Amino acid sequence: MTSPNPPAKRSFASRFDGEKILLALAAPVLAVLLSVAICSVLLAVSGKDPFDAFDVMIRYGTASDGQVLTLNRATVYYIAGCAAAFGFRMNLFNIGVEGQYRLGVLFAAYIGSQVDLPSFIQIPLLLVTAMLVGGLWASIAGVLKVYRGVSEVISTIMLNAIATAVVGLLLIPGRFAPAKSANANAIQTAPVSESSHFFSIETAGGTLWGFIFVAILIGVLFQFTLTRTRFGFDLRATGRSETAAKASGVNVKRMVLTSMAVSGAIAGLIGIPELLQSSFYFGQSIQLNLGFIGISVALLGRNSPIGIAFSALLFAFLDVSGTQLPLHGDYPQEIVLVMQGTIVICVVVAYELVRRYGLKRQQQKVGAELAAQAAAAANKEVAA
Amino acid sequence: MANHDIDITVRRGTVHALMGENGAGKSTLMKILYGMQKPDEGTIAINGKQVQLNTPADAIDLGIGMVHQHFMLADNLTVWENIVLGGEKLHGMGSKAKAKIQEISDQYGLGVRPDALVEDLGVADRQRVEILKVLYRGANILILDEPTAVLVPQEVDALFDNLRELKAEGVTVIFISHKLHEVLAVADAISVIRRGTTVGDADPKTVTARQLAEMMVGAELPSPASRESTVMPDETLRVDGLRIAKTDAEGIERVVLDDISLRIRRGEVLGIAGVEGNGQAELVEAIMGMLPLDAGTVTLDGKDVTNELTRARREAGIGYIPEDRHRHGLLLEAPLWENRILGHVSESPNSRGILLDPAGARKDTQRIVEEYDVRTPGIEVTAASLSGGNQQKLIIGREMSHDPKLLVAAHPTRGVDVGAQAQIWEQIRKAQREGLAVLLISADLDELIGLSDTIRVIYRGRLVADADPATVTAEDLGTAMTGAARGHIESEPDAVAEQKATAAEGTEAASDRSADDTQAGE
Repeated sequence: MTSPNPPAKRSFASRFDGEKILLALAAPVLAVLLSVAICSVLLAVSGKDPFDAFDVMIRYGTASDGQVLTLNRATVYYIAGCAAAFGFRMNLFNIGVEGQYRLGVLFAAYIGSQVDLPSFIQIPLLLVTAMLVGGLWASIAGVLKVYRGVSEVISTIMLNAIATAVVGLLLIPGRFAPAKSANANAIQTAPVSESSHFFSIETAGGTLWGFIFVAILIGVLFQFTLTRTRFGFDLRATGRSETAAKASGVNVKRMVLTSMAVSGAIAGLIGIPELLQSSFYFGQSIQLNLGFIGISVALLGRNSPIGIAFSALLFAFLDVSGTQLPLHGDYPQEIVLVMQGTIVICVVVAYELVRRYGLKRQQQKVGAELAAQAAAAANKEVAA
Repeated sequence: MANHDIDITVRRGTVHALMGENGAGKSTLMKILYGMQKPDEGTIAINGKQVQLNTPADAIDLGIGMVHQHFMLADNLTVWENIVLGGEKLHGMGSKAKAKIQEISDQYGLGVRPDALVEDLGVADRQRVEILKVLYRGANILILDEPTAVLVPQEVDALFDNLRELKAEGVTVIFISHKLHEVLAVADAISVIRRGTTVGDADPKTVTARQLAEMMVGAELPSPASRESTVMPDETLRVDGLRIAKTDAEGIERVVLDDISLRIRRGEVLGIAGVEGNGQAELVEAIMGMLPLDAGTVTLDGKDVTNELTRARREAGIGYIPEDRHRHGLLLEAPLWENRILGHVSESPNSRGILLDPAGARKDTQRIVEEYDVRTPGIEVTAASLSGGNQQKLIIGREMSHDPKLLVAAHPTRGVDVGAQAQIWEQIRKAQREGLAVLLISADLDELIGLSDTIRVIYRGRLVADADPATVTAEDLGTAMTGAARGHIESEPDAVAEQKATAAEGTEAASDRSADDTQAGE
């Protein structure tokens, strides 16, 4: 049977199937709306005006200083999201992003404070250090899974706890922290050398971190790897059906080891923008829970590099504008956490519903089209 | 459509066998009877009263109980805990319940020990627990879904004794199976299902295994007629002394493949006959490099590939049509062109170097869709939206597109409609003429006899017999599959001639029909 329209060249329209895009957007948009509604109710119940609260957030978010802060924060969230998503794409649940990133940034901070090379060597050296440490730490879970059958969820959670202890151990003065500290109360590494500082862009709204370009590069590489390389195909195939991937010749064990290491390596970079652009040392002020935020961001972004960009921006916006809530009208800042949480829960449910609906709908569509083709053929036969 | 025009009458206190090939629609029928799926039309009556079964709970209330092929027991609980679980309201959870269990066990001679831990029980004991669980809930109609698939022959005999006991106590048993001799041994009445519909009833006292097989497979099946041999002298696949042993949950080492040696020459189809679960799946996985070997070597075209990984073997020229295409052959949620890449990601036109070539893969998918008559509106739809036959055609097109030296085909026409079946056979034959070696595994004996140049019989992990398809009947092959015959088997010339005659009639009928099909499709 000949197909009515041989798609040797894919038309523009077929690349952007309207219905597909609509389905893809439906879930996150619904989830965000639903969580806004839930938060409104919460605020209203606590006697606050929800519309005013959202107004405060939006006003700050649209101001230029708010935007710069949002972009800086989104840079960090984006990297965190990519780290988690890389494993998720092959059904590998790397819950250990948190531990991987903390160890990665600690080692980078230590090396940065001990070595002073020209920037064009120093910065790559620190990036590679962070990726190597994060990747190796994640690989422990990979090796355990492949050779001992330990679920990566369990081992990475345990490794998070161990990482916290290791960080504490290494930060004892005289080890990674200088023996004599200028500030006796703060336990922290010495500042990184001047040459380690990453470039930044001064704008009307403040300092925009240059690391945003590294984040974009990570996203582009991620997308390219997934859709254009053999490795990416194997990764996606394993994520979709491990049995089919194995039968097709994918070395699933090696894929687990590689993906875990890559996921950890990206995780190692999460703390780097903060280190090289703002704080310049590793200490107690380091932001916690970035690894877990990364998991949420990846879920909302559906593990796709483009989706993660949007969800990272959304989460960053909520965080940044949320800081304004207590300042303007005594709103609880925690409402932002509630919102992020409900978004993630709603979106997970919505994605599954949309996925099932889409599959069923396509099956029906294909059936209808085939029936139409058959009917057309029968008509022709009658006419002839 | 999985089922249509099914008509079955089961009498009380009998063992009624429901027979049919895999994919004939037995499981769908069972799901309907057990309330797991709703019929689009038709009625079900129990004891003359019409009933509506919406959920399994309805079925249980009406006294219908089901023993699934895969047991649903909690390993870490005791037998009586498992039985009471979910039925706490019936006889409580204490000594009364235990006494009741003991009583049922004694009544039907099941010999179940209520205090034993399920994890300590063997397969046959677990099955008896499942049966008891159903009886405990007051079932008087028992549905057993392929109960013998997991049992060894002695256990099968014991199960049949239990069934006779149940029958004597007035319980009705519906017994699903595709194993001829078992059905003949235990059933009081037989209904045969083919392609989703009942094709007839048979009386086990008068019917022969051969007649049953004919009913199951259907004389209308296009039987591949005999043809000139295309076998060439050089060996494509050589398997020597293959052995695989698995340790099961009870810590007993079960040998799944033992001392398997076989050769397939260029242009030869080697058929493996055997009752399912006798090591065929493991043999395929061993050749594909998906299972580690305990001993033995696999040589492809003179090159030892024993230590090669699956991908290297596929690159070396092994095509693979898996038994379960959803689990092993397709990415159901991926578009057709990505499925075309699956398994051949490292080969042209799917990739250049380490980079994928989506444009090349799309173009070639379009070619496969046209050449292999995959009925689809386009190559961007997901594999899940195609029918089983079209999915299979896509898989075969994909595997044939890389000029394999060896094709490992496990049940290539299972669940495929008659027209597609004839096409698939023709494609295998065509490739065979060009020098393809084929390892064919099939439960359809006519397919085996029609396509193969040589047949080997696998029984409990060993190749126990061989036959020349020109001189063997399905019936004798069936006997060998039960382990009753060994060595070289040859049937009476008369019987062979008769089988050929029926097969030829069938071919004509089918070719008429597939001609109609193609017309309709143009």
